[in-house]
Amino acid sequence: MSILIDKDTKVICQGFTGGQATQHCVQCLEYGTQLVGGVTPGKGGQTHLDLPVFNSVKEAVSQTGATASIIFVPARFCKASILEAAESGISLIICITEGIPTIDMLEVKVRCDNLGVRLIGPNCPGIITPGECKMGIMPGDIHLPGKVGVISRSGTLTYEAVKQTTDLGFGQTSCVGIGGDPVPGSSFIDILDLFQNDPKTEAIVMVGEIGGTAEESAAEFIQSNVTKPVVSYIAGVTAPAGKRMGHAGAIIAGGKGTAEDKFKALEAAGVHTVKSPADIGKGVAEITGW
Amino acid sequence: MNLHEYQAKQLFRDYGIAVSDGIAASSAEQAEKAALSLGVSKWVVKAQVHAGGRGKAGGVEVVDKIEKVREFADKWIGTNLVTFQTDADGQPVNQILVETCTDIDNELYLGAVIDRASQRLVVMASTEGGVNIEEVAEETPEKIFKVEVDPIEGTSDKDADELSKLLSLNESQSSQFRSIYKGMVKLFLEKDLALLEVNPLVITSSGDLLCLDAKINIDSNALYRQEALNEMRDTSQEDDRESKAAEWDLSYVALDGNIGCMVNGAGLAMGTMDIIKLHGGEPANFLDVGGTADAKRVAEAFKIILSENNVNTVLINIFGGIVRCDVIADGIVEALTVMGVSVPVVVRLEGNNAAVGLKTLDECDLNIIPASNLQEAAELAVKASKGEIS
Repeated sequence: MSILIDKDTKVICQGFTGGQATQHCVQCLEYGTQLVGGVTPGKGGQTHLDLPVFNSVKEAVSQTGATASIIFVPARFCKASILEAAESGISLIICITEGIPTIDMLEVKVRCDNLGVRLIGPNCPGIITPGECKMGIMPGDIHLPGKVGVISRSGTLTYEAVKQTTDLGFGQTSCVGIGGDPVPGSSFIDILDLFQNDPKTEAIVMVGEIGGTAEESAAEFIQSNVTKPVVSYIAGVTAPAGKRMGHAGAIIAGGKGTAEDKFKALEAAGVHTVKSPADIGKGVAEITGW
Repeated sequence: MNLHEYQAKQLFRDYGIAVSDGIAASSAEQAEKAALSLGVSKWVVKAQVHAGGRGKAGGVEVVDKIEKVREFADKWIGTNLVTFQTDADGQPVNQILVETCTDIDNELYLGAVIDRASQRLVVMASTEGGVNIEEVAEETPEKIFKVEVDPIEGTSDKDADELSKLLSLNESQSSQFRSIYKGMVKLFLEKDLALLEVNPLVITSSGDLLCLDAKINIDSNALYRQEALNEMRDTSQEDDRESKAAEWDLSYVALDGNIGCMVNGAGLAMGTMDIIKLHGGEPANFLDVGGTADAKRVAEAFKIILSENNVNTVLINIFGGIVRCDVIADGIVEALTVMGVSVPVVVRLEGNNAAVGLKTLDECDLNIIPASNLQEAAELAVKASKGEIS
């Protein structure tokens, strides 16, 4: 088992013929993802990477039976692309693009929730179920099929957590990058809930960062709903207050959202925290006895 | 991106939000002319910088003689204003705002921000205006009233009236508050703001509502569709290195240490700073080279990192997902060769095409110290920064 995607997931790509999309779709295909086609308005009828190109998501869904879409379109078109997918029968949308205006996301989030569509991202590395399906931009070869569920707000820190759990031989069930934007499609809680209910996931790694109170909310959820061991690292202990650290999200405002606050909340909820990003794998070993 | 008070107030006027009459001036002559044209005999003069705490720093004065307007302009324009929110050098004052003076009965607070917890635009109001609102939020949170704006349904007079009631406004003030509230929400959504703040919103001695200050921060991701706002950008208020970095799509923040950092991804960049500190070192900066770094941008990143004199070691930590490690390696070799970099450079490459990248670094004869993982990279960088290895 895994969460959200597996070897049977049929995937399309929006913004399919663009440079970034092409580069990553090639890697997804090499990984074994069932990519069944793509959408680029105006290029319908062509083939790209030996796969059909459609003008709209609706057409792509009806022709291929896809249920998941990975979006690479430029930020200014993302609101329209996400909503198009949500309204065309796609049930899982992964938006890789960064730089989407926050006001666009306010509406997108509500509309996806109302339609019962799961949105991951934007500004995220995507999802991977090792050995089965890769819908994202992560390097596939650092993953190993296994028993740890990984959730993270940051792309490259996710890779760090993955590599360490692979090197120790634990492997991963699925890895989800929820993205660092102020209004993400899915929260830590959404994904924690999925891992808690996935029988193959035996431990969970949660990587957070400063800004907002998503980790504090996650801590509350863990305390009352998660029985599996959780290891957590929060980036940004040394970040100066009030400075912007590249992610729109990572702003410490009014003394809230510091790394210390988050570590404290997580520890109070029984989470095993590590202070160094190099100790995530070690943390999993300690708490599980593996 | 921040706006100056005078720019924010112009937007307020465009949206029918009540503000004092005022004119921005960039010289003493202009200030004098502005003061005379306002047709009053008492003015508030305010230095225009992107920082709060101006009043306490002497950057805001009430004056009742035209010579004093001139004096204030002469004193501040062309100098730097240092407040508790700026660094020790302060922010340059290029304009002052000359406004009519208002007699105040009561000071309120009004603000709007995207609340991450509720994922809504939230408007906040408080009877405790004119003071540090963060202290109020911490010590007496019950004195801050909030309403959420539904992203699809929008807002209504009912929401405005709810706040009016909590603020104990009378009937005519409530009607004024409706127009301020609605103007503010419309402005926020149409102009892609990240923050809007009026502190204080005052009740004048004649019982009317008026916005005495205005702070606006714009969502940088939306500047592509906010051309008019983009033209209001004042680069003199921004850190030189940060602006230079932004030109190359690099995200940079200067810190006090001596280990320059070049990392891909904001989270890993923060994680790298954390692990340097844990091993007893001091990071000199936060620098995210982003997902599409090429040789040229790596070279620019080096220039920015090394423009900081304290830097005696550079730590490059790349975990390639989008970014290809071989491209980064080419960039490192090119930059080090062209710039004649003499400080030790610790490099950790992992992920996408890392093996090719490492081979490139191995084959060049530059002062590069390879590291096989994050822990080792941090240990080596800290040792190098203390002169224990080179």
